[in-house]
This record gives sequence, structure tokens and C-alpha cells, in this order.
Amino acid sequence: MSNEGVDDGRRRFLTAATSVVGAAGAAAVVWPFLASLKPSAKAQAAGAPVQADISKIEEGQQVTFVWRGSNIWVLHRSKDMLATLSQVDSRLSDPKCEQDQQPAYCKSETRSIKPEYLVMNGKCTHLGCSPSFKPDHPAPEIDANWLGGYFCPCHGSKYDLSGRVFQGMPAPLNMVVPPHRYVSDTVVMIGEDPTDAKKEAA
Amino acid sequence: MAIVRNPYKTTGFLGWIDDRFPLTKMWKDHLSEYYAPKNFNFWYYFGSLALLVLVNQLLTGIFLTMNYKPGADTAFDSVQYIMRDVPWGSLIRYMHATGASAFFIVVYAHMFRGVLYGSHRKPRELIWIFGSLIYLVLMAEAFCGYVLPWGQMSYWGAQVIISLFGTIPYIGKGLVEWIQGDYVPADATLNRLFSLHVIALPFVLVGLVFAHILALHEVGSNNPDGVDIKARKDPQTHIPLDGIAFHPYYTVKDLVGISVFLIIFSAVIFFAPEGGGMVLEQPNFQAANPQVTPPEITPAWYFGVFYAMLRATPSLFHSALPGVIVMGGAVVILFFLPWLDRSPVKSWRYKGPVFRSLIILFAVDFCVLNYLGMQPVSPVHTLIARIGAVIYFGFFLLMPFYSQWEKTKPVPERVTE
Amino acid sequence: MKRLIFLAACLSLAAGLMPSLSRADEGPATLPFREDVGNLPSAQRGARDFMAYCSGCHAMKYLRYNRMAKDLDIPDDLLKSRLMLGTDKLGDPISSSMPVKQAEAWFGRAPPDLTLETKARGSAWVYSYLQSFYLDDKRPLGVNNPYLPGVSMPAVLGELQGWQKLETPAKGEEDDTPKFELVQAGTMSPEEYKEFVADLTNFMAYASEPGKSDRIALGFRVILYLLVLLVLTYFLKKEFWRDIH
Repeated sequence: MSNEGVDDGRRRFLTAATSVVGAAGAAAVVWPFLASLKPSAKAQAAGAPVQADISKIEEGQQVTFVWRGSNIWVLHRSKDMLATLSQVDSRLSDPKCEQDQQPAYCKSETRSIKPEYLVMNGKCTHLGCSPSFKPDHPAPEIDANWLGGYFCPCHGSKYDLSGRVFQGMPAPLNMVVPPHRYVSDTVVMIGEDPTDAKKEAA
Repeated sequence: MAIVRNPYKTTGFLGWIDDRFPLTKMWKDHLSEYYAPKNFNFWYYFGSLALLVLVNQLLTGIFLTMNYKPGADTAFDSVQYIMRDVPWGSLIRYMHATGASAFFIVVYAHMFRGVLYGSHRKPRELIWIFGSLIYLVLMAEAFCGYVLPWGQMSYWGAQVIISLFGTIPYIGKGLVEWIQGDYVPADATLNRLFSLHVIALPFVLVGLVFAHILALHEVGSNNPDGVDIKARKDPQTHIPLDGIAFHPYYTVKDLVGISVFLIIFSAVIFFAPEGGGMVLEQPNFQAANPQVTPPEITPAWYFGVFYAMLRATPSLFHSALPGVIVMGGAVVILFFLPWLDRSPVKSWRYKGPVFRSLIILFAVDFCVLNYLGMQPVSPVHTLIARIGAVIYFGFFLLMPFYSQWEKTKPVPERVTE
Repeated sequence: MKRLIFLAACLSLAAGLMPSLSRADEGPATLPFREDVGNLPSAQRGARDFMAYCSGCHAMKYLRYNRMAKDLDIPDDLLKSRLMLGTDKLGDPISSSMPVKQAEAWFGRAPPDLTLETKARGSAWVYSYLQSFYLDDKRPLGVNNPYLPGVSMPAVLGELQGWQKLETPAKGEEDDTPKFELVQAGTMSPEEYKEFVADLTNFMAYASEPGKSDRIALGFRVILYLLVLLVLTYFLKKEFWRDIH
């Protein structure tokens, strides 16, 4: 028995096969541990879509809701405010909203489903400060040609009334528009796309 | 400054490392050129298995600690949070809880192997002592972990175990309060046991395991024949004639043992994770309630032997101290084993019929005591436990006499198959 | 041969360590019951009945509505309209509508959370307990239960089961479960009520460990993998050990 000598091919094959199968098993063991770091059911429940009643927001006023720990602003824009949007186009960094900072259904200069209501995550895209809402103009202390918008107190980034960032600012991108849909004329569901409603109905 | 080239003549990246760190040296000293006797049998799997379970406990423990919240008001809920809300959390907890029981099974088998083949005898006394220390720390670690879910069994288990310290004369009462940080087991107790469980004791445990293995590799492994393989070396290579390289021969062999172990371990985790109430006890599915004692408090199964002896010892002068001394003595006596055994041979294979029978009697006695420790008290059980305790201590305390007097069989010069 | 002896020694060691499964629980023997968590219709009926009869007083604070809906295959709209309390959200745990303070005043203690009840007492116990309320004038609520003597819970399901009296057990009978005599029939027949309780217990068994069926399914795959690994390592070991003479 023991005098048969060593079969190198067989030995190499078995070593390789055991290594491959063992490595696959080790990888499979690693998976549950890494997956356990994902948001738990509790975090997901806390991060569930939030219903926002926008009926009480007056023209020109902004109200903050909280979704997944972030401040979600709902700005009720007046006709005048909407008119400023096209006037600043040439000074913006991404006027056409080419960057993926909003759902496809908000890829326009108003960055909203209904033009008058802007729903936006109030977080500066530079380092995460919360910009201040500065609707009044003129405001020479902010900008000579200020038409209303957002100003970040941390590093001076400026955004227009759709949350689009001006050129030459520390912030690289427009502020994020979260997924949202209208449950009714006055109630917005923050955190769900309009397509989610269809799925539910079906 | 010039560098001293490493003696292994490795080059490239490995060479760069070896000039600065003994990587190849460690690999050779502990694996590829560590020569172990070629006649290891079934009992020799349990050392590597204990190491595997230790890794399992450390890994799962790290991830459990990420989600567990110590505190009398939060602990129980956070365990259910792990079981339900954390992705894969229940698997990780089952691995940890089952791992604790598996740890004791493999460690008990590993220790029994030592007794069978005289692995504690000169020159391996320190290995045995490090091992006994590991066992002692393991018991403390298991107890702390048992308390953390803060269920009914955790709470009352903590109450009973900590009360043991109260039997110490004069300082007992103050000592119990000092340990608990309160007048009963409470929030402060839970938090300090958590700290011990996740930081202090694992740290000590890992250190002791290193010392245990270093001491082993210093003197070399014993074997089922108790023959010193270093006595006969190949004159050219200086490799023991009966020694084989740990790697690859014992690494591939241990892989087989690990595969078998993992099958049994997984079967428990996936099909019976509560272990019929031995891994996760029924009363522990109720949150701790200091007002209601569960009908029956039993410690975890792996403490059965000591608990049986504790309960069976009658109190003396209105003190429960004798029971605590008996229980503590049962652990402490293990440390003296290397000097209690005075037989001229190491392995039980060459010992006389008395010693051989006593080892078997001891093993049976150990199992019986463990069983009794998990059963409710009754006069018959107490009687059997008393006899069991006498056998337990008799085995050790009389060993210097029977091991010395009894005739032994001749030991072969080389290991047998 | 030696290996066999070792194996036998090990098995007997393991057997010696096994506790006897007949635990010295207090109270009478339970009725025979087999959990059947895989029986989805039963668990669904149990969920419906739990919400209708139990959740008024008992919460299941570790089970979320949406988890239950997913596991038991309950559509969202049905969940919202039939099973959830008005103000609860899908991701919320199952709550009870009873304020704890009031409950303590009414029953002397708050009704316990039932998420883990079948694990804490055993599903057979729950199954037996729910069938064993009997009339007892000495109790403030007029009922008692041999499985929880001095029970502070009223016989909520009495309307369905009917009302029964405890019979004195005949000595030396093999079956030592308590026996009852129905004195006033309920809206359900005894068989229907048995089914009702079985469904309820099944649901509670599900709630005590929602991941149980996933765990078992994964277990088979893991063990299958390990068997493959065992075959490979076994032959690998044999191959290398050809060197050893």
C-alpha cells in the first residue's frame, strides 16, 4: 500500500479542489457577518416613508420634515420665485440637472413634480452643513445679483430656489431631491416614488 | 545601516519581510518543521477544535457586541433585536451560544486526553497548568456570558453564583455587594460582567492560549504511547524518527476533524439551536424579574459536575462554605495533577489495571455528576452525588499512592501504530 | 476496532451529558401538541384570531407587522384594514390597545407580552392552557386554570368554548391531564374550538421565532456543503498520509 509512491497529480488536484471548496465556504461564512451591518429592520422601520401635509404651507414659506434622519424641506414657491429660476441659468454649475441628484421625474429647472412645491434634502453637497433659506433680495451681503436661494454658512456655497448650485462654489453638486409622490393634492409621501403608488394599487 | 540577512535565504518580498520579522522562522518552527508524533489518534483532534471554537466565539462575539446593549432595561430587548431585526443576527447569536457549549465539550475531551496519555507529566507540567488556567478563565467567561441576555435564568444564575462569595466568613456580605455594585444583581452588575466578558477575560484567554501552544512547541507533543520521540532522531537530519511535520500531515488531518465537527455543530445550530433547553434555557425567554424565582434554577450544563458537588455538600456551623470549598477544590486540584501522578509511565496503555480502571471510573463519575447537576434535588440524587464527589477527590488525592505502587507494563522504545 | 471503542466512549460521554427531557415542570401534564409553523393557513387564521381576541390586552412587542405580513403572506391592504390598530405603521411592532396602568388596576398585573410565550412555557402548555379555563366560584373573576392556578386573566374565549367544570381526576389513570365537563355550550363545537386554539398556538409559535423555517432550510444546504468538504478533506488526508510509513 504505502509503497505505491506519491501521485503528484492526484495530490495537486485534491489540494486545489479542497482549497477552492474551502475558500467558497469561508466566503459564504463572511457574508452573514457583513450583511449583519446593513440597516436593521428597526432602522428600516424608522426610515419608512413619511407623510407630509403641505396644505398649511403659505406661499414663499418653507417647512422642514424629517425622513431617515435628514431634514427634508418643502418650499412653497410663488410665481415670482419660479420666475427667478430661468434668470440664473447662466451662472449655475448644472442648470439642466444632468447630475444624478434628483429622481428622473424631477429633472427640470423646477426640480419638482408640481412646480410650486420643491421637496429637497436640506444638506449642502460640499461637507454636509445645512444651508440657510435666503428668499429676500436684493441681498448684497450674499451676492450682488441675489434673487433668492440658499446660502451655506459653513463655506459659503450658494444655491438657487431649486437647490441648484452656483458656479465656482465649494459645493460640487445640486442639493438632493428625495423620492416623493403626491398621495393627494395636499399630502406628499416622502421616500416613495410615484411608481410605488401604482404597485400598491395593482 | 546594514541588515543581517535571514538564515532562510528567502528573497523578494518574503525575503524583505524575513530580514525584519521572523515570518518564515515562525512558519517553520510551528508548522512545517514542527515534528509531532505520527501516532496521534482520535483524541488529538480536540486541540485544534478548541482553537476553532475560540475563533468562532471571538468573531461572533465582536458582531454581537455591535448590537447588544448592556443594561437592566435594554439587555433583554437588544437580544431580541439581534434575533429578529439585525440581518442574520439570529444565526450569529446561535453560533455564539452553541459555541459556548461546544467549547466545553471539546475542552473536556482535550483534558481527558491529557489524563489518558499523561500529557501533564514532566516536562509538560506548564502546558497543563496553562491549560487549567484556560479552563478556569473559560468558566468565568461562560458565566459572564450567561448573564448577559438578562432573562430569568441569567438573573437568578447570577444571584446564585455571586451568593457563593457570600459564604466566605467575615467579608462575605461586603464582598457580594462589592462584586454586584448593588444590593442585588442589578444594572451595575450586568455592565461589569459585560466588560469582563468582552474585554478582560477574552484578552487573558487569548494570552493563555498563546502560552499554552508556545509551551507545547517548546517541549514537543506527547503521544498515545507516552514515548519521547526526541530520544531517537535520524542521525543525518536530526528529525525524530517517529515525528512527522505538523504541516502538511496534521493540518490535513485536522481538516477532516474540523469537517466532522462542523457538521455536528451546524446540525445543532440549524436544527436544534436551543439544544433542548441546554444551550438556551426555557426560563431565559422571559425577561429578568427580581420578584419571581423560576421553579428550578440550574446552571448551564457544563457546570453540572461542580454544581452537583456544591449541592451535595452539607453545611457546617450554619455556613454553606464547605460546599463552596468542595466546588472550588474540584477545580484547584486539577492544577496539581502533574505532581499527583507518580507512575513511572505516562500513557494509560502501560499502566496497571488499577490505574486503568480508576481512569474509566473517573470518566463515568464525571458524567454522572454532570447529569446530577442538571437534575432537581432529591435524597437519592444527593446520596449519589456525595459518592460521586468522594470518587472525584479520591481519584486525585490517592493518585500518589496507587500510581506509585502499581506495577506497570514495559514501554516500547518507538511509538506503536 | 480501537476507533470504534473511542467513538463508543465519546457517544456514551455525550449521552451521559444529556439531561432527561422530562423536566420537573410544575403543573399538570400538557395535552399533546405538535407545532406546525409551516402550515401557513393555520398561522394566518391564528394571526387573525390573535388580533381579534388577544391583542386588546397582549402585545407582541418583538414582532413587526410587516415582518408578519411577509412571512405569513398577508397582503398589505388586508393587514392595514383588518389586523392593525389605526395609528400603527407597517414597520411597528404589534402593540396592545390597553394602557399598562389601567391593566394593573384591573387585573393586578399588566398582561404579559406574548411574543416569546411559546418558548418560555412551551407551545403544548399554551395549547393546554387555552383549553382549560373552568368555573371556580372562589376566584374573583369566577374562573381558574389548572395550568396557571390563581390565573388573573379572565376567560376571554369562554364565549367560543363554552363554560366547563373541573372533574376530579380518577386515581391511577394513565392520562393525567385535567378533565372537564362542559356545562354550557359555546358558539363553537369542541372540535372547532380545538382547531381554533391550535391555530392560535401555531401563530404564537411562529411569532416566537419568525426565522425558523429559513433557518432549517439553510441548515440543509450548509450540511450538504460540509459533507462535500468532508469527502474532499478525507481523500486529501489519505493522499498526504501515503508518505507516512
